[in-house]
Amino acid sequence: MSVPAEKVIDIYTRMLRIRRFEEQVGALFKEGQLPGFVHLYVGEEAVGVGVCAALRDDDYIVSTHRGHGHVIAKGGDFNRMMAELFGKATGYCKGKGGSMHIADFSIGMLGACGIVGGGIPVAVGAGLSAYYRGTDQVSVSFFGDGGSNEGSFHESVNLASALKLPVIFVCENNQYGEFTPADKAMNIKNVADRAAGYGIPGVIVDGTDALAVYEVAAAAIERARSGGGPTLIEAKTHRRGGHAEGEIAFLAGQQYRSPEEMHDAETKDPLTRVGTYIVELGIVPSAHLETLDADIVGQVTAAVDFARNSPDPSLDSLFEDTWV
Amino acid sequence: MPRKTMIAAINEALFEEMRRDPNVFLIGEDVRIGVFAGTRGLHKEFGDKRVIDTPISELAVAGAGVGAAATGLRPIVDLMFGTFLYLAFDQIANQAGAMRYMFGGQTTLPIVYMVQNGSGSSAGHHHSQSVHTFFMNMPLIKVVMPSTPYDVKGLLKAAIRDDNPVVFLNHLSLGGQRSDVPDADYVIPLGQADIKRAGKDVTICTAGMMVHHSLKAAAMLEKEGIDAEVIDLRTLKPWDETAVLESVAKTGRFVAVDESYPVCGAASEWAATVAEKAFHHLKAPVRRVSTKPVPIPFSPVLEKAVVPSPEEIAAAVRELFPVATT
Repeated sequence: MSVPAEKVIDIYTRMLRIRRFEEQVGALFKEGQLPGFVHLYVGEEAVGVGVCAALRDDDYIVSTHRGHGHVIAKGGDFNRMMAELFGKATGYCKGKGGSMHIADFSIGMLGACGIVGGGIPVAVGAGLSAYYRGTDQVSVSFFGDGGSNEGSFHESVNLASALKLPVIFVCENNQYGEFTPADKAMNIKNVADRAAGYGIPGVIVDGTDALAVYEVAAAAIERARSGGGPTLIEAKTHRRGGHAEGEIAFLAGQQYRSPEEMHDAETKDPLTRVGTYIVELGIVPSAHLETLDADIVGQVTAAVDFARNSPDPSLDSLFEDTWV
Repeated sequence: MPRKTMIAAINEALFEEMRRDPNVFLIGEDVRIGVFAGTRGLHKEFGDKRVIDTPISELAVAGAGVGAAATGLRPIVDLMFGTFLYLAFDQIANQAGAMRYMFGGQTTLPIVYMVQNGSGSSAGHHHSQSVHTFFMNMPLIKVVMPSTPYDVKGLLKAAIRDDNPVVFLNHLSLGGQRSDVPDADYVIPLGQADIKRAGKDVTICTAGMMVHHSLKAAAMLEKEGIDAEVIDLRTLKPWDETAVLESVAKTGRFVAVDESYPVCGAASEWAATVAEKAFHHLKAPVRRVSTKPVPIPFSPVLEKAVVPSPEEIAAAVRELFPVATT
């Protein structure tokens, strides 16, 4: 199947929104304007977007510590995200969550998660909930190659498979668990091979090809929606930046990736790939994409203004959102 | 009023709440069979969808409860033993106990984690620990530890109706305990203590199995002319500080008796609170009686000695009356 033109534009737009947002966040972090630390999604946009573009608004996703991209891919709001990164009262979590705990339940985004593998069981629960309520919603669990080494991954995939729940497990294999290469952390080449141990399909897809991810995700989602149970998708991708922004400081200059590897990742830029495809096929002229870009950059800038001009949380809010 | 066992009361509460609310369901390890019998028979009435046996995967099941609760359901997660909650710790501490706050109130998490807690059955360390203090330490988890069939029915129903995560700890060795339990629907609000024995000379604050040991201690002390008040907290968090402080204001003496370990144990929390807030009422120092700080031994003789016995509790109370009792 070829992805409809309208969907290709949708995918490109979501990816570009992530890219520009993350670039801005990286710059703000570098300037020391953000509290805490951030993990950027640059380079991995094709995965979150390819999957979320195949979901319905009422489907669920559960994210990771590298979660900004998932929020945006699912339709999240720049202003509330940026305000959350600034720790402001107008943020998604009223400043109580921060980068690694952004959630937007109104769009089925059940939260980023600071614990590697920690969100996977929650996604299974959302799938269980859809099954229980008799809806045809599905639930997507995003995690990394690192997350696939956690017990939570193995327990969750087995549980979802045993109960045949509508869950899609999406491994964003960006080749590194923090600073340790995946091939030093597991004695198999493909995370997708782990699916066989749980009796579900394991699919490998080029995680820098958003349209390929979309097609694979659409098939897995359809399978889950129609009662066929879970699928494990392994999207092989690249982390363009580090594990966390500013890591060079706490790594004290130690290198863990070769310049060739970094260059290789840059040449496989997922955003450029879709952009080129759009222009080459003449879906829209390149000027159109430039206008789109300018518009998104404007929205990001506005989000920064919104966040800066927003109030800090009141100290009274410290004891709000506790027990119901 | 009909007399029922603890297990029967648990069973009755589950039946009533599952009939009452279609969003309530039971998920966990061997819930169909019902190893402790509390969940027995539910599958026959409610079927596969509402009584779900899972693999032995505490972490995933605990987290599945979070995901289900966050999307509108009211799961009761049965993980059999308190010690098995250690395997589920991440999902309870990092998700159930934080999500609502961390996400700025975007969701509620009505989950009950139900397990058997405590010792007394020669089950060995891995099946006999008292784990409640770990969860008392988590700000947004409620912790319930009933001591009687009457209380367990009302408290479990309250826990299921509560919109917050609750760790509900039935005592491993109290399953056969009997008391009057109404057939009717009733709820005991979480956070309300119950004075199991009124007295004027000393306040014994406790919960779970230790309520029974404390009542035995009180009976011994009565013969010596010491009239002990035994307060069963029933809910360990939020706990009924008011009831305890009022009692201490009356008695002027305080002994905290708990089946967990002494360091950062429940008894430490109660004793510290009384020392802080009721010091001016105290005629003697506060006392703690806790489980000895070793793994729970298997031998019935050793196991009996590791937890606070009625004799130890009575001895701790006597220390507060050095003159009167000699």
